[in-house]
Amino acid sequence: MNKLTWLYFPARLAWRQLVFDRSKLVAAIFGVLFACVLVFMQLGFKDSLYASAASAPVKLSGDLFLMHRQSEAMWRPIQFKRSELMRVLGNPAVAEAYPLYLGLAPFKNIQTQVKRTLMVYGFDPDSLIFNVEEIKNKRHELRFKDTVLFDEYSRPEFGPMRQLLEASRNVTEINDYKVNIVGLFHLGVSFAADGNVVASDLNFMRIFPKRNLSEIDMGVIRLYPGASIQQIKAELRNQLNEFVNIFSYEELLKYEKDYWANTAPIGFIFGFGTVMGWVVGLVIVYQILFTDIANHRNEFATLKAMGYEHGYFIRLVFASAFFLAVLGFIPGYVLSLGLYHLAETQMYMPMPMLWSKMITVFLFILSMCIMAGLLAIRKLKDANPADMF
Amino acid sequence: MSTVIDVEHLDFSFGSGALTQPVLKDITLSIRKGEIVLITGPSGSGKTTFLTIIGGLRQAFHGSVKVLDQQFVNSSEQVKVKARQQIGYIFQQHNLLKSLTALQNVSMTLEMNDTLTEQQRLERSAQMLTAVGLGDRLHYKPGQLSGGQLQRVSIARALVGRPKIVLADEPTASLDKQSGYEAVSILKQLAQESQTTILLVTHDYRILDVADRVVELEDGVIKNV
Repeated sequence: MNKLTWLYFPARLAWRQLVFDRSKLVAAIFGVLFACVLVFMQLGFKDSLYASAASAPVKLSGDLFLMHRQSEAMWRPIQFKRSELMRVLGNPAVAEAYPLYLGLAPFKNIQTQVKRTLMVYGFDPDSLIFNVEEIKNKRHELRFKDTVLFDEYSRPEFGPMRQLLEASRNVTEINDYKVNIVGLFHLGVSFAADGNVVASDLNFMRIFPKRNLSEIDMGVIRLYPGASIQQIKAELRNQLNEFVNIFSYEELLKYEKDYWANTAPIGFIFGFGTVMGWVVGLVIVYQILFTDIANHRNEFATLKAMGYEHGYFIRLVFASAFFLAVLGFIPGYVLSLGLYHLAETQMYMPMPMLWSKMITVFLFILSMCIMAGLLAIRKLKDANPADMF
Repeated sequence: MSTVIDVEHLDFSFGSGALTQPVLKDITLSIRKGEIVLITGPSGSGKTTFLTIIGGLRQAFHGSVKVLDQQFVNSSEQVKVKARQQIGYIFQQHNLLKSLTALQNVSMTLEMNDTLTEQQRLERSAQMLTAVGLGDRLHYKPGQLSGGQLQRVSIARALVGRPKIVLADEPTASLDKQSGYEAVSILKQLAQESQTTILLVTHDYRILDVADRVVELEDGVIKNV
């Protein structure tokens, strides 16, 4: 047989057999579709989790970052001495060093009075720690007493802040302390915090009366242009006490992502969900291919008697698996697209449908179907032409 | 005339050790080109087993079975698969592929032949179906055809590849007298035109008269030639 017919004929027979039994084909497609949607959603949530986990650090503007060695992640930091941060100024390549204060606190919804926890960032407004224009522009207002900026990407449970501000209803309580909301900015929610607020370091201390300026959560260091970040990092490593970690920008992002992926069970849960989707889909496709072979046993045995080789049927089973993968993937993709959109608009989670994700999931589904095919071809041995007479 | 099937001292048994059940004992038979041979005998006499060995579907270990100059005893699967492509098979059940039309079913035989184009395959299949009287049923699926028509499709499928040998196992068993006789007559007529050898297992005595020769098997031994 030449190359074209080698694959084309068994694939054509596989296709004809698939479309002949419509109801079974529909059931099979639903099986693959189910697995496809499950995998798409799990991967989507996982990526969204990582993306949102890094939404705060991604906007920080600095070359090197200090955190206490015991800090698992930015959302639950351990404090260390401000003087430890200031020691880095001894290095001639360091231009600036600023403390960042972090704290979770209940925020009172202006309309409903219901309190919900959000993240409060405190820093010197002139330090321009956040690379967000809206925060930079409001640095003057932030220096007034009891002022904060509110993240408009926060969950809607905090209240429709834009309308409230336009109606001049801008007074609320954070941590039972009265503050004025003087503007909005855009950062994004994460699994750790449903919303964000930024304040000056002095106002931060007013909101959290038990905290003081010399106990900081994070240090942001800027170097003079032209300095080698890795080299200065090594120098500072020797200079500073062991209880602080030094991260470059990329390392900080990775540290945050790894926390959610590995330390927190959430990364595991989504990984597990992905694998379960694969296994469920595998079992469904395997069952379908298996019963298909069993139902066509006599037909296959007849073809074998006519001189068809065993390899023809293996190609036929894999062609069926491939068709099921494609036929299930297409509606699965469309449905997932809708669900992603729903998650973005209703749950405020960043869930873009990327090409890379589409290809990943397709390969995932394809590998699932091929695995099912591998398991099912054992059944082909039952097709023995000698039993046909 | 040349010998197409040459069997000498063939022994065959199922099982092994103490449970060995001899089925064929010292069979010697030779069939010439174009001959139509019927094998009859009671159930359990080994007729079907004999047919599957001739057809290269079962491996024999003792004696000699030469089909189209290929030795089948102790041969590899490869040799037999190759030989099977020159043999047409007709089964007791029609064993057509449910999902394919009559035309596509017949064409399956030709899909192993690379020298033909798809167009030629379909044309030859259609001609063969017309020859068995089903020219107006080309695009019917097995579910839409009667038992006699199905058996005629399977005859067309067996003959379309222009095999040198046709092996048939009780082709009339599931048919009534008239359609059974018709099917066998068509088979005989088409085979004679192309000098095809036919080996037919049956205990349907209504069709004995189509044969050039009747071989009677009993308890694995040829009783009467």
